[in-house]
This record gives sequence, C-alpha cells and structure tokens, in this order.
Amino acid sequence: MTKWRLEPRASSSIFFSAAITSASLCAALVAGGVLMTLMKVNPLVSYSEILRGALGSGYGFSETLVKAIPITLTGLACLFSFKMMIWNIGAEGQLVMGALASAAVVRYFYFDSHVAMFILMFAASAISGGVWGAIPGFLKGRWAVNEIIATLMLNYIALYTMDFMLYGAWKDPMSMGFPMTAPFPDSARLWRFGNTRVHAGIVIAVIVSFLAWIVMRWTQWGFEIRVIGESQRAARYFGMSIMRNILLVMFVSGAIAGICGFGEVAGLQGRLSRGFAVGYGFTGVIVAWLARLNPLAVPLVAFLMGILLVGGDTLQVVMALPLSSVQMIQGMILFSILGGELFSKYRLRRVGAAGRSDVPTEGAV
Amino acid sequence: MSSEPKSVNDANMPPLVSMRGIDKIFFGSYANKGVDFNLKRGEVHALLGENGAGKTTLMNVLSGIYAPDAGTISIDGRDVSFRSPRDAIASGIGMVHQHFMLIPALSVWENMLLGMGGIPFVMKKHEIVARIKELSKRYALSVDPEAYVWTLSIGEQQRVEILKMLYRGTKVLILDEPTSVLTPQETRDFFVTLRVMTEAGHGVILISHKIDEILSISDRLSILRKGEHIGTVNASGVTRETVAEMMVGRVLRPIKRPDSERHGPTILSCARLSARNDRGALSLSGVSFDLAASEILGVAGVVGNGQGELCEVLTGLRSLDSGEITLKGDNVSLCTPREFIRRGVSYIPVDRKGMGLVPNMNLKENAALKRYWKKPASVKKIFLDWEYIAGLTGELVARYAIQADSLASPVRVLSGGNIQKLMLARELSEAPSVILAMHPVWGLDVGAAEFVHERILEERERGAGIMLISEDLDELMELSDRIIVMSRGKIMGTVRRPRDATKEEIGLMMAGESMEATR
Repeated sequence: MTKWRLEPRASSSIFFSAAITSASLCAALVAGGVLMTLMKVNPLVSYSEILRGALGSGYGFSETLVKAIPITLTGLACLFSFKMMIWNIGAEGQLVMGALASAAVVRYFYFDSHVAMFILMFAASAISGGVWGAIPGFLKGRWAVNEIIATLMLNYIALYTMDFMLYGAWKDPMSMGFPMTAPFPDSARLWRFGNTRVHAGIVIAVIVSFLAWIVMRWTQWGFEIRVIGESQRAARYFGMSIMRNILLVMFVSGAIAGICGFGEVAGLQGRLSRGFAVGYGFTGVIVAWLARLNPLAVPLVAFLMGILLVGGDTLQVVMALPLSSVQMIQGMILFSILGGELFSKYRLRRVGAAGRSDVPTEGAV
Repeated sequence: MSSEPKSVNDANMPPLVSMRGIDKIFFGSYANKGVDFNLKRGEVHALLGENGAGKTTLMNVLSGIYAPDAGTISIDGRDVSFRSPRDAIASGIGMVHQHFMLIPALSVWENMLLGMGGIPFVMKKHEIVARIKELSKRYALSVDPEAYVWTLSIGEQQRVEILKMLYRGTKVLILDEPTSVLTPQETRDFFVTLRVMTEAGHGVILISHKIDEILSISDRLSILRKGEHIGTVNASGVTRETVAEMMVGRVLRPIKRPDSERHGPTILSCARLSARNDRGALSLSGVSFDLAASEILGVAGVVGNGQGELCEVLTGLRSLDSGEITLKGDNVSLCTPREFIRRGVSYIPVDRKGMGLVPNMNLKENAALKRYWKKPASVKKIFLDWEYIAGLTGELVARYAIQADSLASPVRVLSGGNIQKLMLARELSEAPSVILAMHPVWGLDVGAAEFVHERILEERERGAGIMLISEDLDELMELSDRIIVMSRGKIMGTVRRPRDATKEEIGLMMAGESMEATR
C-alpha cells in the first residue's frame, strides 16, 4: 500500500523557489492551453495574441500600465494587513469609499485649482478608505470579531451606498439614465501622459510601493507589524500594543485602497460610475500573495496581471471568445500559479511500508 | 529498592521486546545509531539520556510512529514491522506521551474508545464502565469513569491515559517523563501502580532524566547519548554519579552557589495579588511575597498552579483582579508590559519559540526585540539602526558562545541550548533589576543547564532579585535563598532554609496542604 503525503520542507533556496515559480507558470500555460483547445481555439495563437495585445503596441502597453496602477495599490493595501496576518479582503469596499469621497469633494467643495483639488481629494479618499478599514480593525482588536467576514460584508455596504448615490442624488441628469455622476471639471482630474490613459496614479503607486518597502524594512513600526504577524503572544511579551497596531494597519491598508479609488475616478474615468472598480480589491489579494508579501515585487506582479487582463480583452475581440471563457482561462492560470506555491513550502513523499519517511515532531530528535 | 528478576521471567523465554541495531536518520543526522534495547517481562526499564539523546525517537520507533531506517524489532520473540501506531497497539505496545492525548470534552469512558480502530456503532456503556472500574481497582488507579476529562487534575488525567492503555490490552507501557506533572506524593502512588503492573507480567519503559527517581523504581537502566546506546546496567549496582557520567560523558560539576546570605533591600513587593486565567477562573488568589535584591526566590509547585499567571501579572501581560505590585517603591499594578520592561523587569518565559523568541526571524531581529524602541537601536523614534543592532548581536553571540552560521539565519534553525542562550543574552544584557525565570533549564542538555545556572547566580551576585520557577525540586533547593510553594493559585508556605528542607515537606505543600515550614 502506498500513499502520497505532503510534508513541510526543511528549507528552500532562492534557486529552488525560482524553479518552482517557473514550473508552475508552465503548468498554468498548459492548463490554460487545454481549456483553449477544448474551446476549439489554438493555444499558441491565443497566447501570442495576449502578448501582442498587451505589449505589442504603444497603445496596448499603456493600457497594461493603466490596469497595473489600481492593482498595484490594492495589492499593497492587502500586503500591509497580510504582513500582520490580518486578512483584509475589503480593499474593494475601501476603494469604493475612497472614490465616493473624491466625488463628494468635487460636488460639495469644488475649487477651481488643480493643487487644491488634488490635496483635498487625495486626503478625503485616504481618510474615508482608512476609516472603512479601521472599523473592522477596531472590531477585531476590541472584540475579536473575524476580520474576514467583517471586511467582506463592508464591501457590500460600500458598493450599495455608491449605487444609492448614483441612482439618486448624484446622478447626472445628462447621462440618459446611466448610473454615473456628471463628468468632473478639468481641475479635479489627474494629470495624464500624452494622449494615453496612463495617469499620475502611476507615480503614486510607485511611491507607495517604495514607502511600503521602507516601512517594512527600516522602521520600528514595520518591525512591530512583522513581529505581530509572526506571533501575537510574543509581540505582547515584547510590549507591543496589538490594538494600536491593528487599528493603524487597517487604517493604512484602507487608505491605500481609498487612494486607489481616487486614482480611478480622477485619473481614468473622470467621473464616478457604477462598476468602475471591476474587482481590483479582490485581485489585490492574489497580487499580494504572488509577490510573496514583498512590496517591491507588487508592481511587477501587478504588471503581469495587467498583461493578462488587457490580453484577455484582445482575446475576446480577435479570437471571438466570450468574456466568461476568457475569465475562465485567466482563473485557470492564476489557480495553477497559486497552486504551485504549495510546493515551495511542502513536498510530496511516497508513504508506504517500504519507503516511509518521518518528520521529527517537536523535541523528538 | 530494585528487585531480582521475578518468577514471570523464565530464563528460556524470549524478552518481551527486543530492538536490535536500530538506526533512525533525520535530515542526514543520526537520531538513533545502532541502538540495542530489550525489555523483560515484569521489569521497569528506564531509558535515560540528555535532551536530544534519542530516547523519544527510539520509543516512537517502538510504538510505530516512526519506521526505523535499519534494525529489527521483535515482540515476544516474533519479528514485527509496524506500518503505523495502530499496528503497534495491536501488538500490545502503548505509549503515554508527555502531552496527553485525551479529548477534554469527552468523559473518561468515551476516551477509552479512542484509537481502538473504529468506534462501535452501539457503545455498550455499562460494559465499558464496568471494565474500567475493574481495571482501576486492580491497578490502584482511582478514576471516575463518568467524569469529563476537563474536570480532572493532571495527575488524574495521567491515570486515565494509563487506564486507556490497559483497556486496550497493552503489555508494554511506555511512559514519557511521567513524573514531571506529579507531586512527590503522587509520584509515590504512581510507583505503586507500576509495581502492580510489573507483577502482573507487564513491561514498563520509563523515559526520564531524573536520575534519583529512576534509581528508586527501576530494575534496569539503559543509557543513550547522542543517539547511541552507552550501556544497560542493573539499578541496584550503580550510583547516581556513575549514571550521570554515562549520560553526559564527563564528570558533572556541582553547582557552586556562594553561601553569602547578604540580601539587599526589598525590590519587588506583591500584596494579595488575585487574577484570572484565560478561561475566567481564579488562578491567583491572595498571593503576597517580597523579593529582595541579591536574592533567588524559588517558586515550587506542580505545573499549572498559577506560576504562569504570576509571571504574567508581574510583567503586565495579565491584569490584576485585585492586589498591588510595588517595584522599587512605585506602584506598578496598572503598568503596561512595555512599562515593566522599561523599569527593568526581565522575563524568561518557558515557551521559548512561541513567546520568548520569534523563530522565523533572524538573530539580529530577535536580539533587538526588547530595545528596538530605544536609542541607539532606534533613530528618531521611527527608524531602526540595523548596523548598530548587528554589532550588538555580534557581541552577545560572542559573549554567550552562541553557535550560529550567521546573524542573518532564522532562530528556528538553532539548537535548543543556543536558543535559550540567545534569549538569556537578550534578557540579561541590560542589567535588569528583577528577573523572572520560568523553567530556565527545561529541555536543555547538562552543559547548557550548567551555563544557565551559572549566569543566574552571577546575576544574583550583581544584585538582581531573581524569581526562579521550576518543577525540579533539586534545582530549587540547590539554588534558592528561599522557596515559596504554590498550589491552586495560593502560596501554601515558605521554606526559609531550602538546603535543610525535605522534599516531603515541600511535596505536601505542593499537594495543597498549608503549612509554614520555618526551618
């Protein structure tokens, strides 16, 4: 009788984890390819279409960057809380709150000045996203309310609040019934690069990535976050305040997501419209993991994710695939990559009468 | 007190258990190397060795948890090869682990059925209960079969574990450090049970490092060192010193405790401290004592009688229900953990990897944990000066002779002794005024334990007030200036001259009898 069993690895080298990543990338491409074959399209052609669509032209490349901006920011938002083993999956809702606050500033506190509007909208979106994140943080710190459930539920409250405003008080009378606000005046828009849709949010995203790296690597606060993430019991023993850090981290995490919302409405859309976020908050969860919680790796992973998204759009047009099948392929690829992560931490061993292997239990050796 | 081989052992009969040439390799190093071991019917056979000598590994091989990489095992003369613990149980081998494998939410009789290879669809409760009663009477193991396990004391839970083994028809009982959770009196009752079992023809294997105890109960001893079998001797023919030498491989240094009786002024004073544990039950009630500078105050007691809560209260980790803590003249009852650290209270917790250190972080990060918020480790209250921290860590590693590949390697790869040294280095490096040391040598090999004891005595000479919490009475009586004894969250009495006291007196107080031993 033989069985297979997962065992923790003693250690894994950099070379090894690079090998694992490439192997799971290959597996991902094969898995996606099988799916494409089943849909009767040529996988090789499809993959080259994805690359051509996302990187093959100036327009495609700029569109990939446009997608990478919000994904970088939500990835960083998730990274902050994940570092502390707090599972904020409410970046989506925090992003929406940030966008709502930006739109409210335009509506109620409008000044005809680029600088004033940037400062006001930036601050309002950061604060409202931050508060939206700090609420579940407080509940967790004070009464140990599960943050996964709380952040998830707050997503819906945020989304429906936006709907409420867009179908009601804030609806643009000129929109012919579509749920969106009136276009923002020019001074409430972010600066854009040439005639592309790439906006100043890209600068914010790069700065935030770099700041996150500095915080985690070089500051007392980042050190506390990492220790708390390893063990709350130990952190308390070293005199760290768990409550303060949960609140702070959830605020910062929510604020980054809020700023992402600001970038999307002020940089890209030019107005608040229903469905502007298209799940960036959830993509951020995956990006943070794929980046192995390394802030500097987040923009790179977000860029790869952008390729997948823009290439997927191309696939729809060129290969005439329905949206849902493109999303299936994308899901398949992500699933394989994430699944491959398992093997960087564990290995499969054959377990049987002949080749048994044991792992020493604590204190057994 | 060892006895001659009993009538149940016929010279022609094969041994109950015979292990020959057992090898077990973990990550390329031998945990067991060519170990021979045999157990006769009706004997108590002790397996002695330092931490890491391979005792538990050998017994895990015998109980089917590990498969040996080489060697053979035979039971009653028949060769066996266990694929799983279940096979070993079927062959009559049962192991009681240090951490009990009982389900607290179930009753005693329900626990009996666990691990028996499938729970019957209809559980005949009356039959099971009757059988438990019969067994507990025969082996002097008093337990109420209907009681829920969570209501039982640790000693009672141990009896349930042993009953569970007997219920399964175990012939060979393996006990891992069984007396570490018992008072001296409970230990005596426990030894009676062992004798009843061996007279009925069972074989008992005791894993332990307490030499005195082992000599008084065992028939034979097998000693392991660094995974190898050093020898097997009759308990009647050896002295404590020879056994210790076989275990460690050299002659032991006795603890050189300075006899000076000088104590400084009172540094820490506790008045009627009461606190609750995590489940809300009162686990400290009305605890009062003083600690002077240059004093080692021993705290005796069976594990889990409020010692942990006392330490947590004295470091700000647990809030008080009532009472007052005075540190160097200031009332610190409401202070935060950080404030206690600032005021020079150092705490060496028993849970090194779960609390005292962060195993996935490297040596530098771990060394910084108690000072990262202070100059010079902290720059402008925001940034960390990793260069300074690296220098500091290098110094500590050199001074405490910590063996590590690099300062950047994670602490989890260090050996137990080096882990404890690192924690000690961090906790003692800033000349603390109060040191709370909880089981500081638990699980360490003899060399590392000697080092820790020497450091504690040095701190006493320097003028620190030290609270030493241990379940090892020998250690406490050897090192302490005074001993307080705790039971169920109360102080049962104070022993003023530990080196003149007897273990009996302390044991009675550990069992909950209040008395004031004043000698």
